[in-house]
Amino acid sequence: MQALTPAELAREGTGPAIELRAIDKSFGSVHAVRAVSLDIDRGAVVGIVGENGAGKSTLMSILYGLYRADGGEILIGGKPVQMDSPRDAIAHGIGMVHQHFMLIDSFTVLENLVLGAEGGLLLAGGMVAARAELDRLGREYGLTVDPDALVADLSVGEQQRVEILKVLFRGARILILDEPSAVLTPQETDRLFRILAALKEHGVTVVLITHKLREIMAVTDSVYVMRQGEVVARRATRDTGLAELAELMVGRKVRLHMDKSAPRPGTVLLRAEHLSLVDSRGVRLLDDIGFELRAGEIVGIAGVSGNGQTELLQILSGIRPPSGGQLEVCGRAIDVAHPGDPAEMRALGVAHVPEDRLRQGMVAAFAASETAILGYHEETPFSHNHLLDNPAVGAHCAGLMERFDVRPPSPALRSSSFSGGNQQKLVLAREMAHAPRVLLVGQPTRGVDIGAIEFIHRELIKSRDAGCAVLIVSVELDEILSLADRILVMFAGRIVGEVDGAAADERRIGLMMAGGQSALAGAA
Amino acid sequence: MSASRRPPPARPLPLWADVIVLPLVNIALAFIVVGIIVAIIGVDPLRALRLLVVGAVGSPQSIGYTLYYATNFAFTGLAVAVAFHAGLFNIGGEGQAYIGGLGCGLAVLAFDGVLPAWLLIPVAIAAAALFGAAWAAVPAWLQAWRGSHIVITTIMFNFVASALMVYLMVNVLIAPGSMTPQSRTFGPAAQLPALMGSALNLSIVLALACCVGVWIFLWHTSWGYALRTIGHNPAAAVYAGTNLRRMTMLAMCLSGALAGFVGVNELLGVQHRLLLDFQAGYGFAGIAVALMGRNHPLGVALAALLFGALQQGGAEMSFDIPEITREMVVVIQGLVILFSGALEHLPRPWLQALLARRP
Repeated sequence: MQALTPAELAREGTGPAIELRAIDKSFGSVHAVRAVSLDIDRGAVVGIVGENGAGKSTLMSILYGLYRADGGEILIGGKPVQMDSPRDAIAHGIGMVHQHFMLIDSFTVLENLVLGAEGGLLLAGGMVAARAELDRLGREYGLTVDPDALVADLSVGEQQRVEILKVLFRGARILILDEPSAVLTPQETDRLFRILAALKEHGVTVVLITHKLREIMAVTDSVYVMRQGEVVARRATRDTGLAELAELMVGRKVRLHMDKSAPRPGTVLLRAEHLSLVDSRGVRLLDDIGFELRAGEIVGIAGVSGNGQTELLQILSGIRPPSGGQLEVCGRAIDVAHPGDPAEMRALGVAHVPEDRLRQGMVAAFAASETAILGYHEETPFSHNHLLDNPAVGAHCAGLMERFDVRPPSPALRSSSFSGGNQQKLVLAREMAHAPRVLLVGQPTRGVDIGAIEFIHRELIKSRDAGCAVLIVSVELDEILSLADRILVMFAGRIVGEVDGAAADERRIGLMMAGGQSALAGAA
Repeated sequence: MSASRRPPPARPLPLWADVIVLPLVNIALAFIVVGIIVAIIGVDPLRALRLLVVGAVGSPQSIGYTLYYATNFAFTGLAVAVAFHAGLFNIGGEGQAYIGGLGCGLAVLAFDGVLPAWLLIPVAIAAAALFGAAWAAVPAWLQAWRGSHIVITTIMFNFVASALMVYLMVNVLIAPGSMTPQSRTFGPAAQLPALMGSALNLSIVLALACCVGVWIFLWHTSWGYALRTIGHNPAAAVYAGTNLRRMTMLAMCLSGALAGFVGVNELLGVQHRLLLDFQAGYGFAGIAVALMGRNHPLGVALAALLFGALQQGGAEMSFDIPEITREMVVVIQGLVILFSGALEHLPRPWLQALLARRP
């Protein structure tokens, strides 16, 4: 804290920079944050880890004034404060760097910086002051960015630096970073960590939200572990290790028991070899993916979301062509030169329940019966010579609703009027109705209530027993463990491990998911 | 921090209120403002209103004119609605109607000495559709393959169409010896008979057929299904395997063809020759017609009738009241468009509050 003047020190006082007391937040029936209390020490780098949906981001959004807590108290420098909007948070010296950048691509770095703090009607004065301040911040923290470059021309790492600069420019002394390394290359991540160290040296408090345990070990002073909306542990980083954190994060939850017979794998229906995907910015999203999927087995892909599972599903279902490697699906070879498309894959017998059912799997404004033929609308009996047979479409939907217990069973109701669980059952029913040879399922039970979860799991196993090759992608490790005959673990776009479903060890998989498999030897 | 309390979200309006009451409230609001303006220029608003209504529906002839105008509004309204269902905002109806008319006129000029009426008229109608579709296909292609925004390109194509027509009429298609840029008069085989002693002609049957056809296409064919899917949720359309580019082309070509039929009503029905600016204003008014008609063919038909009545009644009104000039009529139409189009949702919260108060 040597960079603080005595006056600054006096203003900031001692004791924790932020105290949260019994913060509680629900979204409808989902209890996202349960009576969380935590202290963020002044001038420290504090990590908050947890699986997806553990409540980390919600908690920080409450601190930043994006959501209002249902109950509890926020204290800044020992004084209770009311956070009604990010404006309040900024006034209290809190700044947040979001996972998805909030920059204007067609503005320069400097223009982005002064946005919302233009300093008067005429830009020139504010711009000169901002340029000087940018220069100072750059020198002090190693945050060098060309002030006149267009944001669109910057790399992801540089854009993130602009975000951090923006926050510091507003006078933030407490910095919240939400999954900052999710979009960065390893080199950029290292650089980010050096910046965080420099910030800490200058007395800035940093809160780091992440699910990557190695980052926690590398930069934090202390760490909170969250699970299902609660803080389950606080550790000083030097007193803990990857293995303990992984165990705390995943928890020793009761394993949902699914009665299922031993798999009887048949012929290989899907084979991926050296699949890779590079996006338009040159970021490698998938790297050397190879696996086989056989008839009559369920393969589960475990991993924290954002490690390439979404992209893998897109390639397997024909939505996105691969950048390299080869894919063989039911006898059709797909590669860069011969991309597939979703209609063709469907015709080959590949059904796909997308991860994001609202955005992809259904059309919210359509009647349920119309959603129930999405992708199959050119097939008999739904249409003859392109004329839709609406009674047949309605009858088909009514049949699906009865078999999958979709409530309310009204085919004419708008798709968006159904609850998440019933929407999911409808989409699953649609995809299973055509007796697919390969069934790709993304997040089978996301946002689905417990009764429907059991039903969906049983249907997936039934489908397997009928000889379907089932691939499940889920961020719920429990789900993978209870369903999969084989488990593949994805991390940073690669398959980092394969585990037999029957002999799976939760802790070991958790560690692989967190990218800590190299440290496994030392921990075990 | 105390528990936050928010008012419960407003319940959406029931269908009958959304489809019937809301448009009526919008029109009523527009007429109130119109009444105030009319009173300011020193005319009795009630007298003006009476003249407007009588002018629009007071005699068979005025009804005929109302329906004739409504025919044009129905074509362009349907054109906007079809594109809208695909998530495309086609504001190039003006140019598509113009070029559709060109196609219609060229077909007649080429064949009116050769083909009998029963063959010539379908050929002319097909030519109108083809030319209108082609004019819409270029912006559609630019959007689908090059990412040029359809709003920008379609509006620019209106100006291109206008310039092209002026060139063709002045230099190429002008009748020999004529002092005005008009083609020769069409042969009798290409002239649709007038009905009810007015400009109304058989094109209204085509307009009704288009309303029914659009309804069948959108809700009873798999193409219409795919088209609505790309409009409501492009990501789901990609997931379903729909070719977005092809559907964009299809939607815009249909839209352009519908707009092109304005040429049929104007040239075969009324003018009986190719000339300049026969489409003036109908393309843009189609946007308001589609908005007011909630992009449903039935709604578009009703909105087209209203706009037709305003057009005809407004003309009669300005004829009888010298203070109300031609420009004043445009102001009145503009206000109706403003309230039913741009300010469409203005009274919605009031209506919701009113309905919520009932048990």
